[in-house]
Amino acid sequence: MTSLFEYAPAPESRSIVDIRPSYGLFVDGEFTDGTGTPLKTVNPATEEVLSEVATGSDADVDRAVRAARRAFVKVWGPMRPADRGKYLFRIARLLQERAREFAVLETLDNGKPIRESRDVDVPLAAAHFFYHAGWADKLEHAGLGPAPRPLGVAGQVIPWNFPLLMLAWKIAPALATGNTVVLKPAETTPLTALLFAEICQQADLPPGVVNIVTGAGETGRAVISHPDVDKVAFTGSTEVGRAIARAVAGTEKRLTLELGGKAANIVFDDAPIDQAVEGIVRGIFFNQGHVCCAGSRLLVQESVHDDVVAALQRRIGTLRVGDPMDKNTDLGAINSAEQLARIRELTAFGETEGATCWQPDGDLPDRGFWFKPTVFTDVSPAHRIARDEVFGPVLSVLTFRTPDEAVAKANNTTYGLSAGIWSEKGSRILKVTDQLRAGVVWANTFNEFDPTSPFGGYKQSGYGREGGRQGLAAYLRSDS
Amino acid sequence: MTHVLDPNALADPSGGTGAPPDPFADVTRSNDAFRAFLHGLPGVDQVGAEARAKVLGTRSIKTTAKAWAIDTAISMVDLTTLEGADTPGKVRSLAAKARRPDPTDPACPAVAAVCVYGDLAGVAKEALAGTGINVAAVATAFPSGRASREVKLADVRDAVANGADEIDMVIDRGAFLTGRYLDVFEEIVAVKEACGPAHLKVILETGELVTLDAVRRASWLAMLAGGDFIKTSTGKVSPAATLPVCLVMLEAVRDFRAATGRQVGVKPAGGIRTTKDAVKHLVLINETVGADWLSPDWFRFGASSLLNDLLLQRQKLRTGHYSGPDHVSVD
Repeated sequence: MTSLFEYAPAPESRSIVDIRPSYGLFVDGEFTDGTGTPLKTVNPATEEVLSEVATGSDADVDRAVRAARRAFVKVWGPMRPADRGKYLFRIARLLQERAREFAVLETLDNGKPIRESRDVDVPLAAAHFFYHAGWADKLEHAGLGPAPRPLGVAGQVIPWNFPLLMLAWKIAPALATGNTVVLKPAETTPLTALLFAEICQQADLPPGVVNIVTGAGETGRAVISHPDVDKVAFTGSTEVGRAIARAVAGTEKRLTLELGGKAANIVFDDAPIDQAVEGIVRGIFFNQGHVCCAGSRLLVQESVHDDVVAALQRRIGTLRVGDPMDKNTDLGAINSAEQLARIRELTAFGETEGATCWQPDGDLPDRGFWFKPTVFTDVSPAHRIARDEVFGPVLSVLTFRTPDEAVAKANNTTYGLSAGIWSEKGSRILKVTDQLRAGVVWANTFNEFDPTSPFGGYKQSGYGREGGRQGLAAYLRSDS
Repeated sequence: MTHVLDPNALADPSGGTGAPPDPFADVTRSNDAFRAFLHGLPGVDQVGAEARAKVLGTRSIKTTAKAWAIDTAISMVDLTTLEGADTPGKVRSLAAKARRPDPTDPACPAVAAVCVYGDLAGVAKEALAGTGINVAAVATAFPSGRASREVKLADVRDAVANGADEIDMVIDRGAFLTGRYLDVFEEIVAVKEACGPAHLKVILETGELVTLDAVRRASWLAMLAGGDFIKTSTGKVSPAATLPVCLVMLEAVRDFRAATGRQVGVKPAGGIRTTKDAVKHLVLINETVGADWLSPDWFRFGASSLLNDLLLQRQKLRTGHYSGPDHVSVD
């Protein structure tokens, strides 16, 4: 059924953002050359090279850590907490003022729809700075001891799925608690972090408080293993997280890890079906499924399975896949050729394992990295697609008969980052929530984020919390 | 007016020799049974419905899509005057505008209907003779609906006798809110019968039903009773038409068609004043129930001031610049 109502393309203009042909590292308040071989960052929707970005070598990372240490000892550590708060407020306001610029750049570099970078990533990033700015002078009231003190220099490594938002999750609490930062953005999405460096300059943030060292895995390794780094924070894959845990083990460094997930989204037979379908879509197709807490395992009560799957397929048929810069696009490009290959590999497993694969009609763009929204039905907990994190727009549908079975299946994973429950019955929601081994449980919603709410995982989804009062603890020394 | 658009939606056990039986005939055997059925409909999560409506409200409709949307919205307008001060002159003037909304552009479509009080239906009918534009009349002790059933039915018969093609009735919200669902149902059935050939639009007055669960139940109730359209509001109660309410009503007509094969129209009324609002509703239809409802046969806007904004936006698309309110007629 084709609609008479075809939306004309509504592309956001890219003229608001000025992408330089090359970028250096941001160390000690200034852009400097990197000594490693520069890397190219591409627009995943078109494969166009956007810019060339410096790579930080061990020596560059050392320079950045020394700058951060200097700033910590001389300026940021001794500064009155209320003044630190002022800087954070200033950064938050600048992010809001330049929101469109950040949204456009994020979409160009990452491939996510402008609707999401504009309405989710950038506003939430600003919200994180606002929230933590408020804490800067109230830390003794956070319930973390009478006089909590900063740790020192934080080495932070962030992923490519929410480049600016993850930066905000890392930098805002670190600065609010009085630490200084050396941050390494993901190699495929460094541009918004470099634009953020300009915000730091614009806000007159003292040099060295925030340092941004771009590069790939080697650079990240140098950051986390630098002997003068007091705290390591990482968001990314479980595999890399494990390597980091090994590298940090036996040192004095504090460590928090936000790793993978394979979240269960549980739909009971009394769920508000239309909203549950929206929540399922939001759970797995938001940000092309590049979300560690994505609701990638749909657990549906058998009695409503057919209705839910039919409604879901009808709804997915209305998803608009294509140019991320079009304001009407719902599903953008896969971030890299490498990730696309991984998604293809795992979905191929699904079919060989005997699950039924469904994709909507429609064509994908010729250039760029694309994958259709995909639903696997007839999935068993023994299938790889029910166990491995696909990190793409691929949903596995499983069924259950009783609440106990739902809980058992939901918890039957090596991860434990998030879960969702759909039911009109409040008592059931509370009971099941209590039994789920997941850091976040959403009830009748999914993928809602708020800086006041702690976020983090169980099991191989990592340890530590980000956001809320709990998130502050990871950056503070509470012993007296 | 039964349009069986989905032949697979309903099996015909009579072997194709007769009309398919009503699969819901049994649910109205008693008030308790009806209550159990209506309360067994899937719930609506208010927060989720509002969020969905909000996201659809951010669709960016430009150029060709916008031109199509504006013309479609104009053709869906029930141009309305429901004032105590209405006169034959006012109605005739509205009828003239309905036929030719933009005198400067003959390509501008006419509206779907003119909506008046029952006593003025005759004036409207005469003024619209030969245009194909329908006369809609509000009846059943509009807007409160507080009168005896006999009075309400007489009101309907009178409006139909005066020439109304469409009757906009109000449900008995008091009966609905006290749980006397069968009374509401029977009244709609009686009104439908009194309508004769006229189409029946059932006004739920969603602003008084308050919850979206109640909106879904009232929608099903009105459709089961034979309503041809379900309509949000009288326009006399605030809030009137809202996007989340319209979303829930669209879901109801979609599910009802899947269950019975019968398609029912939707009419938001009251509070829709701008082109932007109208386009948001069209997007809502497009992404909730699809193109089958994107026509004046199945979707209407109950509005008085909306038309002028649509005309101004239409002129802007045509000429490239905005003109002032004096470039469109006052009524």
